Order: sequence, then C-alpha cells, then structure tokens
Amino acid sequence: MSEALLSIDDLHVAFSTRRGMVEAVRGVTLTVEKGEMLGLVGESGSGKSVTGFATTRLLDAAGRVTGGKILFRGQDVTKLRGDDLRQLQGAAMSMIFQNPRAALNPIRAIGLQIADAILTHKRISKEAARGEALDLLRAVQIREPEARMNAYPHELSGGMCQRVMIAIAISCNPALLIADEPTTGLDVTTQKVVMDLLADIAAARGMATILITHDLGLAARYCRRIAVMERGRIVEEASPRSLFSAPQHAYTRRLVAASPTATSRIEDLVTEEDRERYATVVSKPRAELVHGTPPLLEVRKLAKRFDQGSAAVADFSMTMAGGESVGLVGESGSGKSTTSRMICRLIDPSEGDIVFDGHSIGYVASRDFHRSRLRKDIQMVFQDPNESLNPRFTAFDCIAHPLLRLGGMRAGEALRERVEECAVRVGLPLDLLPRFPHQLSGGQKARVGIARAIACRPRLLVLDEPTAALDVSVQAVVLQLLDRLRRENDIALLFVSHDLNVVRMLCDRTIVLRNGGIVEQGESRALFDNPKTDYTRKLVEAIPHIETGEMLAAAL
Amino acid sequence: MTSATLRHSVWILRGNPLTAVAATGVLLFVLVAIFGPWIVPYDPVASNVSEALLPPSAAHIAGTDQLGRDVFSRLIIAARLDLAIAVSAVGISFAIGAVVGSFCGYAGGRLDRGVGRFVDVMMAFPLFVLAMAMVAALGNRIENIVIATAIINLPFYIRFARAEVNVRRNVGWVEAARACGESHFSVVLRFLLPNILPAMAVQISLNLGWAILNAAGLSFIGLGVKPPTPEWGIMVAEGARFISTGRWWLVAFPGLALMMAVLCFNLLGDGMRDILDPRMRT
Repeated sequence: MSEALLSIDDLHVAFSTRRGMVEAVRGVTLTVEKGEMLGLVGESGSGKSVTGFATTRLLDAAGRVTGGKILFRGQDVTKLRGDDLRQLQGAAMSMIFQNPRAALNPIRAIGLQIADAILTHKRISKEAARGEALDLLRAVQIREPEARMNAYPHELSGGMCQRVMIAIAISCNPALLIADEPTTGLDVTTQKVVMDLLADIAAARGMATILITHDLGLAARYCRRIAVMERGRIVEEASPRSLFSAPQHAYTRRLVAASPTATSRIEDLVTEEDRERYATVVSKPRAELVHGTPPLLEVRKLAKRFDQGSAAVADFSMTMAGGESVGLVGESGSGKSTTSRMICRLIDPSEGDIVFDGHSIGYVASRDFHRSRLRKDIQMVFQDPNESLNPRFTAFDCIAHPLLRLGGMRAGEALRERVEECAVRVGLPLDLLPRFPHQLSGGQKARVGIARAIACRPRLLVLDEPTAALDVSVQAVVLQLLDRLRRENDIALLFVSHDLNVVRMLCDRTIVLRNGGIVEQGESRALFDNPKTDYTRKLVEAIPHIETGEMLAAAL
Repeated sequence: MTSATLRHSVWILRGNPLTAVAATGVLLFVLVAIFGPWIVPYDPVASNVSEALLPPSAAHIAGTDQLGRDVFSRLIIAARLDLAIAVSAVGISFAIGAVVGSFCGYAGGRLDRGVGRFVDVMMAFPLFVLAMAMVAALGNRIENIVIATAIINLPFYIRFARAEVNVRRNVGWVEAARACGESHFSVVLRFLLPNILPAMAVQISLNLGWAILNAAGLSFIGLGVKPPTPEWGIMVAEGARFISTGRWWLVAFPGLALMMAVLCFNLLGDGMRDILDPRMRT
C-alpha cells in the first residue's frame, strides 16, 4: 500500500470566541510524502499555523477540530488518546516554533532540556541521554558542544536557540517535523544557516518536513512543493517554479507579485490590474539634484556609548539631500535603530554633530528638542504598527496630535480637514478615523502611523523597519505609498531595514552598518550587484531569491 | 467605556459569575454607605438598657448590644465611615503612588534607585505595626487613620506604577508622542499614566478591601475611631467581651460584614484583572 506519511482530508478547525465560533481552517486537504519538505505559505490569519497545531494536537483549549481527518501513517490523529497521543507528540512528529527563546525553559541548561526530551520517550539512563544530547548538539553544529551543554538559553543567540530547538525536535527521530516560521525574527544570514541546517538534517534522516512560513522566497528555496493558504483554505498547490511562473489563483498571483525579488521594482509589486493606477505617479520624474545645493542632513562623526562603555555606534557620518532616499541596513545589533533615533533627536549622541538644513541640532538635548522649530521637519515612522499608536487615541486623535502640538492648529474644522487630507493621502478610508487601534488591521495601523508622520509636512522622514511586521501584500502597498510620498512631496526618506530587497527598491543610496560602524555605502543598485566587502556579499547572498532566470526560462 | 469593552465584559462575566456577584456586593455596599441614615430602623447611638443584649429577633434582626443599641442599624451606619476611610486612604496613596511610580519607571537612573530603596525600606516594616505607630504618634483621629493607611499602601502603588510604565517607556507610541513634540513630563502624565489606569484599577479594588480591614483593625485595638461611633472594628472589639457568655451576634455580624466587604472587593479585583487582561481578548 503506497500511502502518504500524512494526509489531511477536508480539515476544519474552529475557535470559540466571544463572537461565537470562528472557523480558522475550512477544508484543508493536503498530503506529505515520506522525506519530503512541503511549504505551507500564507499571510497572517490564513490558518497555516492552526493547521500545524491541529496536526500535532497542540491546539489550545478554545480550538477544536470540527470536521475532517488527519491520517498519520494511516492512523487518525484527531481520535488518539492517552499513551498513543504521547507517542505521537515528540516521538513520531515534532514541532519547531517561531520564537525559540520563548519555547525553551530559561532556567534549565540546554543540555538537560534536550536530555529531558529524550527521556520522555526512551527508557535509557540519564548518562546515556546526556550522551545523545551531546551528539545532537554536534548534529546541529553548535560549536564547543561540551561547554554549551551547561549553557542557559539567555547565554545563546537567537540562531543558537533555534538550533537547540531543532536538536530537541529531532531527538527522537520523528518521521514528520513541523517548522512554524522557524526563522522569522532571525537575521538573514542566520536564517540561511539555520534553514540550510534544517534541510540537511531532514534529508540525512529521511524526515518529512512541513515548513510553515509567510515568506514565499524562503519556501521556494527549500521546498519542492508549496501549498498556498488563504482564509483557511488551500488555494493552490504547485512546484515553486510553476507557482512563480504561472500562478493560477488570483490570490497566489497577488502574493507572488508582492514578494520582492532581486530585480523587482516598486511598481512591480502589484498585479497587472492594479498597476494602471500607479503608473501615472511613477512616470513623474524626480527632480535632479542641483550641484552645490547644501545637503538637507549632514551627520558628522556620530557616536553613541551606553552606560557600560560599549559603543553602539561609532564614527558614523553621512549626508542626505532633500528628497533623497537612503537605506540603512545591517543585522540586529548593528546600531541602525540607535542611529535613526539619534538623527530623529529622540536620544542624545555621545559625540559628533547633526546638521539639519544648516542648523546644528546634535547639541540640542533631546529632552529640549520638542520645543525646536525643526521638530516638525524630522518625523519618524515606527517599527511595529501594533505598538506605535496610543491605545487610548482614535486614529483621528493620532493624526491630529502632531498638528495640535507642532502645527499650531486648534481643534475645529481646519484640523478635521487636514487630518482627512492626510488620511486620504495614505489611503486610509475616512470612516476608520473614529476607530481605536485595536479595531484596525495591521496595514491600517501602519497607514495611520505614516499619516501621523507626514501630517506636519516634514522634510525628513525616518522609517524604522516600517514593514517588518506586515504581510507582503500590505508591505507592497506601504512601500508604494512611501515611494509616492517621496516623489510627490519631496520628502527625504531614511529607511532603516534588514530587508535588502526592500531597501534596493526604495532607496537611491544604501549604507551598510555592522557593529555600529559603516562597512560600505554607495548607489543601491551598484552596491547590491557588486558588493565590495565580504560582509555585504554575505548579506546579499542570504536573501531568499526567487530565481528569476529559471522563471523566465520556464515561462518561455 | 466603548461598546466593545462592554460586550467583552459581559462575555467574561458570563464565564465568571463570581465577579458579577462581587460587583453586586460592592454596589450594595456603596449604596448602603450612601443611603444608610435613611434606611436604618433604629437610632444607632441611642441606648436603651431595658433591651440590652437581646438575641436576633424580628424586631432586631441582628440583636442588640450591651447598651441596647440595635446592631443592624449600627452595622449600616458603620459602612459609611469604613468606606470613607478606605476610599480616601486608597485615593491618596493611588494619586501620589501612581505619579511618583510613573516618573520613576520612565526616568530610571538615580531617581528610580533612590525611590526604589525607600520603598524597600518601608516594606521591610510590618505595615500594620507601622500604621499603629503613626496613629499613636499623630493622635487618635480619623484623619490620622486615613494618613496612616495611605502611607502603608503607598509602596504598592509606587512599585505597581513603576513596573507598568517601565515596560511601556520604549514602546513605539511613546517615542511617537515625543516626535510629535511632547516633553518627557507630558509623555508621562498625559500618555503613560492614562494607559496604566485600567491595570491600576485592579490594584485599587484589591487594596480597598485591605484598607477597610486595616481601618477596622486599628479601631479594634483601640487606635482610631472611638466609641460610641458605630464602626465595624470597634463593634467586634466591644462584642468580644460577651462572646464567652454566648452572645455571639455582637461579634458575628460586624465580622461577617467586614468579611463580605473585603471578599467582594478582592473578588471584583480578580474579576477586573480577567476583563482587562489583553491575553483574554481574542
């Protein structure tokens, strides 16, 4: 009998909430063959994680499988009880979670945690389990495994913690591994190392893997087959190549278009139908920089040291012209957030000066900068739209806030008009203005954040990873919005990001940061096509690309 | 309160009827405190020796005390005084504690360390003994009970506000407020403080019960409210003399009133925590 390792048949999962039952998964059917890596791709709320949790029977109390079958080696997982269930969880199939640090016990040495997982399923001595744990640490390529056996999770980096999680997950040689966003939140270079490792281990041990991710590029790189989920259903299932070259379903087409590639331009991020509207804007040429005009922003030898004396940023200098867009990229801990906050005058530099439009503002204490008349010229869009809006302000209040504080406006008709103008500018429907942040979606919150930042017509907009927490389709819209604002309003953008594809599309120039210092800078396109330093090359190579060459060949 | 919050509260209450009971109890308590003088069947301070020490009956549903005063009437009148002491004490410590704690949590550094150590020192004392000492030193007056109760509650509010503000001080909307031209001062008072109020409401509710107990305790040991003023602590203290002769109602009813009041405030606090807990908001 040649049956699949796992076959899910018409699975329905529902959650009980205060609004009654909500169906998260509505009729998912898929199969996983022995040893294969399947990509399960979708945006937030598509039900991809819930499918994974239902398969391992880890749904939380509010969730219930309301229909369908999950057959694992011919056994219906949804009907297992007691010992059979325990045998299944961990031993036959196991799971890797998104945030490895949260999934590990912070007060237990990692070696013991791996041994615990082994002892749960095997009757062997503690010494033998420790021995196996050591072997596993070697298998996931942790350096100095003997010493690391006694390390605690907080002593390890995020990538290291995820390797430990992988070690725990494979400790009992499961037949199926479910990896739920295993590298989200890790740096691109770490992401590549961890994914390579996961793929190697799965191949070497003949484990089937379901890779749950929002990143089409990542799934395309590692999976032979990709299932795309939307609103609880699988809308398309195909090989990466045919998915990218000839997506069948409208949703897949949108998702493929919105995923940035090595060559895509901002205007490519939408499907053909939506492109019409955007074309008129893009065609507007940008004003050429006149030689000799003073720069809008000049940063001279900026440095920031924190209490312990370690330098977060050292000797950082740059210039920006009005209406120019500059990308600031680097891995976590490279000092890019600190730099952007110093330029935005939210924290004080330890050394160096910032000259904005001919005025030295680096020596104005950040404590007093709110009174400066330049405050309204430098505005910021913050990283996580879910956290960047005051929970007690409506969308209207959020956008009105800078106008009242900095724009010298009073509550009344003029204010309302200006707020509505900003909302229209960022594409926020006006009927959403009276809503509170928790009543808005992530994309809508991002728009409110941008509307607030542009309300006072700033000349420099600092953007701190404004799309990192957003789905690709929302990211595409936000990026187009930013690009349009720059072209039409001549706002200079300082774009802080770890996503090189996005930076390459949006920014004229790029500065690569590492450990608080500038590694390389130059024209974005040139910099990404021919990186001069090894570090930049590593960053560029780590981006999961959709192989465009192959795509073209397949399409022809 | 938005309609969504209301719906959410109803949803929580349905799954947790105890909170609804506690809320009703607290409401009843407040109503009795306000309208007490109009609903009492007898004058709570008028003595009538011919009716002394009567057990509970239809005429005196909680019996009478050694001076023939109606225990039920005294219980009802006492509610106002006990609630007033508790509310004003908690109000003072909340107002001071929330502001001081918020600035400490936001600023960090030397201010935070200084205030933190001061709070530690205070909490190292047995708080009830501290309150006793303060009332004894300041004089046996109601204002002083309020001040003493407020001071011993203060450390909890400072710590609580400090912790709540500390986790929010680097959140995006705080930085955004500063980019919109707010000073540090107004960020704390106008942005952070309103946002920690819901969480502090839980603390207030839990604390009110404790403050009532504290005021009654002080009166019980003879510090604070003086007889013949009706007050639950005094009533328990006076009634204790008669418990060996079997006059249980003198102690049992004020004790029960005290217990119910504290219990209701505590259960309401727990229930409010469930309502406000963002993890419950699915």
